[in-house]
Amino acid sequence: MVQAAGGLSCGKIDCYKANTDLDNKASLQRGVKLFVNYCMGCHSTKYMSYERMSTDLGLDKELVLKNLIFSDAKIGDYMTIAMPAEDAKVWFGTLPPDLSLVARSRGKDWLYTYMKTFYADDSRPFGVNNLAFSDVGMPHVFEELEGLKKAVFKIEEGADGSKVEVFDKFELLTEGSMSAAKYDQAVLDIVNYLDYTGEPAKLVRYSLGVKVILFLIILLIPAYLMKKAFWEDVH
Amino acid sequence: MSKMQSLMGWVDARFPATKMWKEHLSEYYAPKNFNFWYFFGSLALLVLVLQIVTGIFLTMNYKPDAEMAFASVEYIMRDVEWGWLIRYLHSTGASAFFIVVYLHMFRGLMYGSYKKPRELIWIFGMLIYVALMAEAFMGYLLPWGQMSYWGAQVIISLFGTIPFGLGEPISEWIRGDFVVADATLNRFFAFHVIAVPLILLMLVVAHIIALHEVGSNNPDGVDIKKNKDANGIPKDGIPFHPYYTVKDIVGVIVFLILFSMVLFFVPDLWGWFLEKDNFVPADPLKTPEHIVPLWYFTPFYAILRAVPPILNSQFPGVAAMGLAIVVLFLVPWLDRSPVRSIRYRGGLYKIALAVFVVSFLVLGWLGTQPAGGIYLTLSQIFSIVYFAFFILMPWYTSIDKTKPVPERVTDK
Amino acid sequence: MSKEGVDLGKRRFLTATTAVVGGAGVAAAIIPFVTYMTPSAKARAAGAPVEVDISKLEPGKKMTVEWRKKPVWIVRRTDQNMTDLVALNDKMADPQSTVPQQPAYVKGEARSIKPEFMVMVGLCTHLGCSPTFKPEMGAASGHGADWKGGFYCPCHGSTFDLSGRVYAGVPAPTNLIVPPHKYLTDTTILIGIDQEGAA
Repeated sequence: MVQAAGGLSCGKIDCYKANTDLDNKASLQRGVKLFVNYCMGCHSTKYMSYERMSTDLGLDKELVLKNLIFSDAKIGDYMTIAMPAEDAKVWFGTLPPDLSLVARSRGKDWLYTYMKTFYADDSRPFGVNNLAFSDVGMPHVFEELEGLKKAVFKIEEGADGSKVEVFDKFELLTEGSMSAAKYDQAVLDIVNYLDYTGEPAKLVRYSLGVKVILFLIILLIPAYLMKKAFWEDVH
Repeated sequence: MSKMQSLMGWVDARFPATKMWKEHLSEYYAPKNFNFWYFFGSLALLVLVLQIVTGIFLTMNYKPDAEMAFASVEYIMRDVEWGWLIRYLHSTGASAFFIVVYLHMFRGLMYGSYKKPRELIWIFGMLIYVALMAEAFMGYLLPWGQMSYWGAQVIISLFGTIPFGLGEPISEWIRGDFVVADATLNRFFAFHVIAVPLILLMLVVAHIIALHEVGSNNPDGVDIKKNKDANGIPKDGIPFHPYYTVKDIVGVIVFLILFSMVLFFVPDLWGWFLEKDNFVPADPLKTPEHIVPLWYFTPFYAILRAVPPILNSQFPGVAAMGLAIVVLFLVPWLDRSPVRSIRYRGGLYKIALAVFVVSFLVLGWLGTQPAGGIYLTLSQIFSIVYFAFFILMPWYTSIDKTKPVPERVTDK
Repeated sequence: MSKEGVDLGKRRFLTATTAVVGGAGVAAAIIPFVTYMTPSAKARAAGAPVEVDISKLEPGKKMTVEWRKKPVWIVRRTDQNMTDLVALNDKMADPQSTVPQQPAYVKGEARSIKPEFMVMVGLCTHLGCSPTFKPEMGAASGHGADWKGGFYCPCHGSTFDLSGRVYAGVPAPTNLIVPPHKYLTDTTILIGIDQEGAA
């Protein structure tokens, strides 16, 4: 809940704001497709079932079975992956975390910033580094979509006179198949989907909350008048 | 005689139902001048019931097993019908309980509700508060997230600072293992769902019995029993039922509106009610960067960190934290003022209470900040202020200039 | 406190209004708690229809599969069994299966889509024990010389024939339940879903 003193909210920079919308079913549907295709090779969402996801996102179960499930999983199964933990540790140096709750533990702004700030860095095993997550063990899986960027840093003088390296800007090295705007939308769609996955109840709790509070306000009227009627004779 | 009356007659001959109804509701005469601050007793009772009911339902699907606990909470949040609502009712209810209880205690301090003859009411209330802290602490381990795990690890390690070589055996005994582990989770579950709630319920009953024995205090601190009419009914008293039942219903609805705002729109209250790191399963090999107890413990946590180690021992800090709670028990005897209510006290007590409230809030905020530097200095200053409120109380309450207390309550 | 000027009618009206509106609120608040106890999404997913391969089942034998955590039996009956079923009619409590313990598309003595394969839920209709398969004929079965094969419930002694029909005069009131099922191919049955075109 508390940000470290003097620190930036997303590693080397302050987080970008992820303007996602859970009411946008099309965005959620695009998000799950991207997630299944690009993320689920390594990351599970093991608390989420395909069935719940397809119901909530308004997807046809037969189509989900055909297009989004690549294993022999059934529709009622949880969205797990088959990658053995031992292999993963060898490949990435660490176990790719389950992403069911990542939007709740990291926050969606962080996720959005993370997916937008991969940059070329030859000193890293996969040739990329990340502004939000320094020395991350994950390759830039969206390179074919986004292309590859170079991060330009500049030297600034800190408050105490010391020199600090701060991020200045990105320069595109190689083009991807998507324009910057399209890639931005794709990342927003994934973040939106992960936000949903973090708490599926979000789809219903706001509207239910409005109804409950309206009911309580209506109930307050006779209850308050009743109190006044009883207290008339207290002098 | 109607059927209903004859049925009640049959029951009353065997169980004092009507007698109890009269004693505690329809013929319990409460001062007619209760104000805003008097809603929180009944609200605390409401939240207690809410926690017990939602807690019972949560246990139907929760698994007190280190391998399954985290997943079972997510199962409740996703796969169980309405599970998310029941879980949020319980997690929001926990924080609401402390808000209500803190306001209720503040009311006691303002109007001198602990003063003779109500010392035992205060003592029972303080015991409820301590039981509530134990209940909340053990309950917070159950989701088995990173904060659950490391919070428990830190707090239990406090017992490890007990000197004379007793510390480590005691904390191992509490955990049932060398670190917080499955055994700890299992026993905390047992305490959280049955042992502590039973104690809490019994203490609440004792608190109310003691209150109804001597009668309620009021914002004027006037003893309404001194002025009775020909029927022996206090002139400033009104029957709790229906007057305060209808009034408390209004309070309950307003409370539920505020409660619903948090519950449905920000159940984690931006990390204050549910911490972000607690959405990561417990990992005994990796501590989160900032371990912060939940907000209701942070004032005491700040006091703990404010005391420097003495002779390489952290025990003085732990002792200070314990003392911060113990001094609250002593308030009825520390207060030497001839009047109860702040309305008739002098400026000294008003200033002291205001400074105390500020120090409690600032300590609460400091408890969420990283230790060290300016935060440490501030923690030390406000810890001294906190204790000064109690230690100096016999002095400033006895020299404080009080105003005469009226014969009758001043407003309705 | 005095009783003058108190409008009791107003009090009564407002109390009733608050009680009705508040009561409705309490009733609505109970719904989540009641629904909470119904089978969860996980339990329902686990209760999904089950595909069964019956190609390996030999005549006169029984196989058990799990559907919604209940035992479902599939018995492959012989021609002799089918003749016996008709002969047993007058010993049965409900020989023609008039009590709706089965989907509409199975009826009569056979109680099955294909006479050869009998599909039923293996739980006694008395108090839910799972009866024992007694395929032996006659006295060897321990159920008298007239026994034509069937099921015996160890809990309270109810007996059923190979169609799951209950014998008259035993504790169980009705025939065993036939679950909804359909043939996907000649040798695979899907349990949990009704046959197409069935009501």
